[in-house]
Amino acid sequence: MGAIRIENGRVICPASAIDEVATLYVQDGRIAGRGVMPEGFPVDAGVIDATGLVVSPGFVDLHAHLREPGYDHAESIESGGLAAAAGGYTTICCLPDTKPVNDNAAVTRYIIERARAAVVHVRPIGSISKGMAGEDVAAIGSMREAGAVAISDDGAPVMNARLMRRAMELAADFDMPVMTDCEDHNLARGGVMHEGLASLRMGLRGIPALAEDLMTFRDIELARTTGVRLHIAHLSTAKSLDFVRRARQEGIRVSCEVCAHHLALTDEHVQYDGNYKIKPPLRSDSDVAALCSGIQEGVISAIATDHQPHPGSDKMQEFDECPFGILGFETSFALSLETLYHRQMVTLPQLLGLYTSGPADVLGLACGCLRVGDPADIAIIDPNRWWQYDVNQSFSKSRNSPFHGRYFQGRVVTTMVAGNVVWNA
Amino acid sequence: MTGLLGIAPLTRQEVEEILHRSRDFQTPANEPSPRSDVLRGKLVVNAFFEASTRTRVSFEIAAKRLGADVVSISASGSSVSKGESLVDTLNTLGAMRPHAIVMRHQASGAPHFLARHLPTPIINAGDGQHEHPTQALLDARTILDHRDSLEQLKVVIIGDLAHSRVARSNIHLLSKFGAELILCGPSPLLPRGMVDLAPGVRIERNVPRAIQGADVIMMLRVQLERQHESNFSATEYFQFYGLRLEHLKLAADNVLVMHPGPINRGREIASEVADSNRSVILNQVENGIAVRMAVLERYAR
Repeated sequence: MGAIRIENGRVICPASAIDEVATLYVQDGRIAGRGVMPEGFPVDAGVIDATGLVVSPGFVDLHAHLREPGYDHAESIESGGLAAAAGGYTTICCLPDTKPVNDNAAVTRYIIERARAAVVHVRPIGSISKGMAGEDVAAIGSMREAGAVAISDDGAPVMNARLMRRAMELAADFDMPVMTDCEDHNLARGGVMHEGLASLRMGLRGIPALAEDLMTFRDIELARTTGVRLHIAHLSTAKSLDFVRRARQEGIRVSCEVCAHHLALTDEHVQYDGNYKIKPPLRSDSDVAALCSGIQEGVISAIATDHQPHPGSDKMQEFDECPFGILGFETSFALSLETLYHRQMVTLPQLLGLYTSGPADVLGLACGCLRVGDPADIAIIDPNRWWQYDVNQSFSKSRNSPFHGRYFQGRVVTTMVAGNVVWNA
Repeated sequence: MTGLLGIAPLTRQEVEEILHRSRDFQTPANEPSPRSDVLRGKLVVNAFFEASTRTRVSFEIAAKRLGADVVSISASGSSVSKGESLVDTLNTLGAMRPHAIVMRHQASGAPHFLARHLPTPIINAGDGQHEHPTQALLDARTILDHRDSLEQLKVVIIGDLAHSRVARSNIHLLSKFGAELILCGPSPLLPRGMVDLAPGVRIERNVPRAIQGADVIMMLRVQLERQHESNFSATEYFQFYGLRLEHLKLAADNVLVMHPGPINRGREIASEVADSNRSVILNQVENGIAVRMAVLERYAR
C-alpha cells in the first residue's frame, strides 16, 4: 500500500469537530497525519490537489438493497459497490430482502464473503423474522456473531406486535439494533402513492400518512418496553417525526433517518412514471417542511439512500404494476446539497454529519471519522461543480431514477477506501 | 401532447370547440346519420384492455362514419393474455402506423405512460379511476341539448366518486364552465379531499339535501368490485344513496337524470327513474357517437 498526500483541502470531520484547511497524509490505508507531515512519510508519495475542495470521511449508508444473492439481474454486490463509491460511500449496509432472505448466519457470511469483490465496505443487515414472513423470529444471535450490524424486515414490516416484542427482547439481549420500515399493511394495502389531493386527482390509490404514523408509534412503544436500540428507516411524515422527537426527549433509545428524495420531491411531482413510485411515497409539502426542520434541529441522525435497483422492464409498466423504489447511491448527496446546503438550511459540516458520523453512530460502526489512525475511507467533494446525472452511465445494473438528466450543483469527485482511490469523477 | 388524455388539461375553449363540432354529427330524427370521409385511408386502432361494449362500439361507429379503417382488439383476444407487456403490445400496434389509438385500460395513467413512448395520438377511452374524457364531453353535449348553457347549472353527482373516472372528467369539465357541483356519497367512496379537485365543488352526504333544486343529477354505477371499500350491503346502499322517484320532486322541475351506464336497476337507480321522462340516459348513448366523431376528427392524424 502506498502513501498519498491530499493537499490543501478543507478537511471536515463532524465526529471530531475538525473543520480546517489542511493537508491530509494517508499511509498504509490509514490517516497518518493532518497538517503536519508525519515522521518518515515518503517524500515521493502520490499527491491529490484538493485546493478548493472538501475532504470528508467516506459516506456511510444505512439502507441499501444490493439484490445479491437472488436478483443479480437487478444489481450485484459488486455493481452496487461501484455505484456507491461513485456517490462518495465507503461503507454500505445492505438489507436482507435477498433470495434467500438473510435470516441466518450462513447467508450473512455468504454476503460478507461476496463483499470482498466490492470496492466499498459492505455490512449486512439480517432479517427480524424467518424469511421476512412475520411468523417466527430469525437467528438473531448467530447473525450478530457472523457480522450482521442490525436486523430489519424491510418492506415487509412485522404486523404482529407480539412477535415484534419477542424479537426486540432478543435483539436487546444480543445488543443488535432493530431497524423498522414503519407501515401498517392493512391501511396501506393497494396504495401506490401518498394519499392526498394528488392521488385523488390522478385516480391512484393512496397510502395514508397514518399507515406510517401508527407503526412508528407502536415500534417506539415496543422499544420503550424492551429497551432495544431502535432505528426508524426512511421516516417520511411530520407526525412520525414528532413521535421520534418526543421519544428521544424521554430517553428512549430511538433514532431515525430520512432519504434525500423525500426532501426534494413531494406527491405533487408524481407522474404516471414508475420512477416516481417509491415507498414510503413522496409525501406532502408540510411533511417535507417538517423533515427539513428535523434535520436542522438534529432529531434526524442520518440521510440514507434506500437504493433500490429494479431492471428496466419492471419499471416500464402501468404505474399500478411497477415495483416500489429508485436508485439512490449516485444522487443522494448531490440532492441533499441542493435541497439543504445550497438553500442554506444546514452548514456543510452539519450535512456531512448526516452522511458520516451520524449513520455510523446509529449502528455503532467504527467508521465515518478522519482522526489520525482511522481507516483512510475518504470522500473528496466539490460542493459547487455543476454536473448532469445520466442514469445510462450508472454503475448500477438498473436504470430506475427520477433524476435522470437533472443538473446538480456539487458532487463527490474522489472516493477512497482504505487509502485506495476507487472512484474519480 | 397530441391526443386526448383527459379533460383536466384542456382549456374551456377547446372543450367548447369539440362540443360545438359534435352538433354537426348529431343525427336529426328520421334522417340518415351524417357521414364524412375526413379519415378516409386512415387507421384507428381501438385497444381495449378492459371489458367494454358500449364505449368500444361507439368509437367504432364514430370512426367508420368518418371513413376510417378500424380494428378493435380486446385484452382477452390479444397477446396481453399471453403475458406481453403493455409497452410491447402498443409498440406492435404502433408499428402498424395507426393514425390514432383509442385506449381503455384498468390502470390510471396507462395512456399517459404510452403517450410518452409512442408518437401516435392516443385517445383515452377510460383509464382506471382517473379520467374518461369522451364520457364527460358526451354528458355535456347531452345537457346542452336541453339547456342553453352549462354556466350556473346545479349539477349533483351521486355514488362512488373515489373510484369513478366519469366523475373526475365531469367535475373538471363542468367546473371550467362555472357550474355548481355537489358531490354526494358515503365517506369511503367520497373522501373529503375531493372538494379540492376543482373550483365550485362541495360535498353533501345526504341525497335529499344534495338534490334540492338540482338541474342535473348524475348517477354513478355501483362498482360491485369496489363495495368492500364501503362495506355497504346492496339494500343499505340503495336506501341511502339510490335515486328513487320521490327524490325527483325535490329537484328542479325540468331536472335531467343521467347515468354513464350500464345501469344497475334497483341498486343505484330505481327502474321508474331510469325509465322516466326526466331520464336522458339513452340520449347520452346516442350523443356518444357524435362526440367521438368530433374527437376523432380533431385528434386522429
